[in-house]
Amino acid sequence: MNRRLMRTLPSTALLAALLSCNLLMSGPAHAALGGTVDSISTDSSALRGQLRSTGFVDYDVHQITSGPMVVNEYTTRAGQVFAITWHGPVPPDLQQLLGTYFPRFQSAAAAAHQNNPGLHRVFTLAQPDLVIRSAGHLRAFGGIAYLPALVPSDLAIDQLQ
Amino acid sequence: MKQVHRLSALPVLLGLLALSGCGGGSSASNTASQNSLAGGGNNIVAMTVMPGPASNQPFNQPYVTVKICLPGSATCSPVSDILVDTGSYGLRVMASALSAAGVNLPATPDPNPLAPGNTIQECLPFADGYAWGRVSLASVTVGGETTDGSVPIQVIDDSPSPMPAAPSGCAVGTALNSVDALGAKGILGVGVFTSDCGSYCAETPTPDKEIYYSCPASGNCSTVSQAVTDQVSNPVAYFPTDNNGVVLQLPSISSNGAPTAAGYLVFGIGTEANNGLGNATVLTANASGNFTTSFNGQSLPDSFIDSGSNALFFNDPSLAGDECHSNQFYCPPATTQLSATNQGGNGVTSNISFSIINVDKIGNNYALDDVAGPAPVISGFSSGYFDWGLPFFYGRTIYFALDGVEAGGTMGPYYAY
Repeated sequence: MNRRLMRTLPSTALLAALLSCNLLMSGPAHAALGGTVDSISTDSSALRGQLRSTGFVDYDVHQITSGPMVVNEYTTRAGQVFAITWHGPVPPDLQQLLGTYFPRFQSAAAAAHQNNPGLHRVFTLAQPDLVIRSAGHLRAFGGIAYLPALVPSDLAIDQLQ
Repeated sequence: MKQVHRLSALPVLLGLLALSGCGGGSSASNTASQNSLAGGGNNIVAMTVMPGPASNQPFNQPYVTVKICLPGSATCSPVSDILVDTGSYGLRVMASALSAAGVNLPATPDPNPLAPGNTIQECLPFADGYAWGRVSLASVTVGGETTDGSVPIQVIDDSPSPMPAAPSGCAVGTALNSVDALGAKGILGVGVFTSDCGSYCAETPTPDKEIYYSCPASGNCSTVSQAVTDQVSNPVAYFPTDNNGVVLQLPSISSNGAPTAAGYLVFGIGTEANNGLGNATVLTANASGNFTTSFNGQSLPDSFIDSGSNALFFNDPSLAGDECHSNQFYCPPATTQLSATNQGGNGVTSNISFSIINVDKIGNNYALDDVAGPAPVISGFSSGYFDWGLPFFYGRTIYFALDGVEAGGTMGPYYAY
C-alpha cells in the first residue's frame, strides 16, 4: 500500500464514520478553520447537506452542499483545515466555521465600522496569519477564510478548486 | 454627461403621451430623462446625496423620506434620511424613528400554533455586520405611491439593550442597530426582488439559515422558515400601479466631487410618461440578482449595481499596496483610468470607462463619482464581485426591474442603463 494512501485513509475513514453517525442526527457537519477532522462539530444546527470529498496531491476538499448553499473545507495531508470557502443565498454560520478565529473577525469588523460607518457589502481582513474575505447581499453571499502558514507551499490560494 | 434616450417604440409611446396629456422636455420626453423628472409627478420622489444623520457621516448616501403608517389607520410618521438601496429588498427603519412620532408597530405573531405568544424577528446580514429587529406590517408611502394594504417591514431595535437580544448565530460582525452605525434612519431596499430572502428562507427545515426567528416573550429565539409573502418585502411590489421596478437618476458631478447631489427615485418602468426605457441597455440578472462583469482579465459572475454601496468595489491587483482605511478603499497616488465590460444573462454587453481617485482627497464632498475600494475574489467557486456602487449612478438613469414581472417589454429581473 503506498504511503500517500496510508496517510489519507484514516481521515477518510473517520469522515465516513462521522458521516454515517451524523445521518442519524442532523446530517454532515464541518470542522472549524485551523481545526482537524477529528474536531468536527456535531452542532445540531449544522448544514443538512451532502458531503463529497475529493483528494488532490497536497490537500483534500470536503464540499458540503445544502441546496444552493455550498461550503468547501480544505484540509492538509495531516487533516488540518487550512481554508474554507462559501457561496450561497445567506452567509454560513461563520462563528462555527471560523472557530477560534471568530473573535479576530469580530474585531476587524468593528475596526472597519469605526472609521467607515454604514452598510458594507465587502469585507477584507488581511493579516500575515489570517485572511478573511467576504462579500455579497441577501440571495448572493460568498467568502474565503484561510491560514497562509498552513497553505501547501505549491498551492496558489487564488486558484483553489 | 447628459444622456438623451431616443424612442424605440415611437407610435405606442406617442399614444401614451397623448393620454397622459404630458408634453414638454426634449423630443425623448417619454423616457426618464432629466427634463421630464424635474416636472415632478405622483411616481417621483426627490433622492438626495447629502450629509445625513450620523455623527461620523459616510459619503455617497442617497436619501429619501418615507411615510410609515400603522396599517388601516391615520397614525403615521414621515421618516427622513432613509437610504435608497438597490442591493437589498424591503423597508427597514430604526425603532426610535417610529416611536418618536408615536407610531408603534406591533411585531408579527408567529402563526405556528405550537408557539403561542412568539413573534417574528429578522437578522439581516451584511458582509461584516447585521441589523436585528422585529418584522411588522405597515402601510408605506413614498412620494405619491402608497402600498395597497400593508407590507412586512423590519423595525431595527436600536434601543440600548435590544429585547429580544440578537442570537449568537445572528451576531456576526458589527451591529448596525443605530443611526450612527447605519449612517441613516433606515433602508429602502428597492432591488430586483420582492421578498428579501426568497424561497431559500421559506424552506423547512431551517438549519443554519440565521435570518428569520421565532422569539418568545422571554427566552431564546429559534430559527424559522418564513413564507415568501411574510418576508420583509420591497414596498414597490405592493403599490397598486408603477409597481414593476424603479429608476434612479443622479446628475453628473465634477470629478472632484460635490457637496451634495439632487436626484430622483422613480417608481415603475414603462408605466408612465416619465419612466420608459428609451434606448437603455438591458442586462438581465440571474436568480441571485447578479450579472457578469469582465475586468482586468477576470470574469466576475456575482456583480451587481448597488446604490447602497458608497464606492465602486472590485479587485485590482495593480492597485495592491494602494489599499487604505483598513482595506476598505483605494488611495492611488494619481487618478487612475479603468474600464470593464458588463454582460447580462441575455448576452447583452456594455463597456464602462471609469476613473478612481485617492479617497483621502475628497475634502468635504459627500457626492463622489470616482471613489473605489477592494472587493474579494472568492477562489473555490470561480466567484468574484464587482460592486457598481453609487459612483456608477452619477450622470446615469438606471432601471431596476422586479423579478418575474414585465417591465418595458422585458421580463425582470434586470438592470438597464
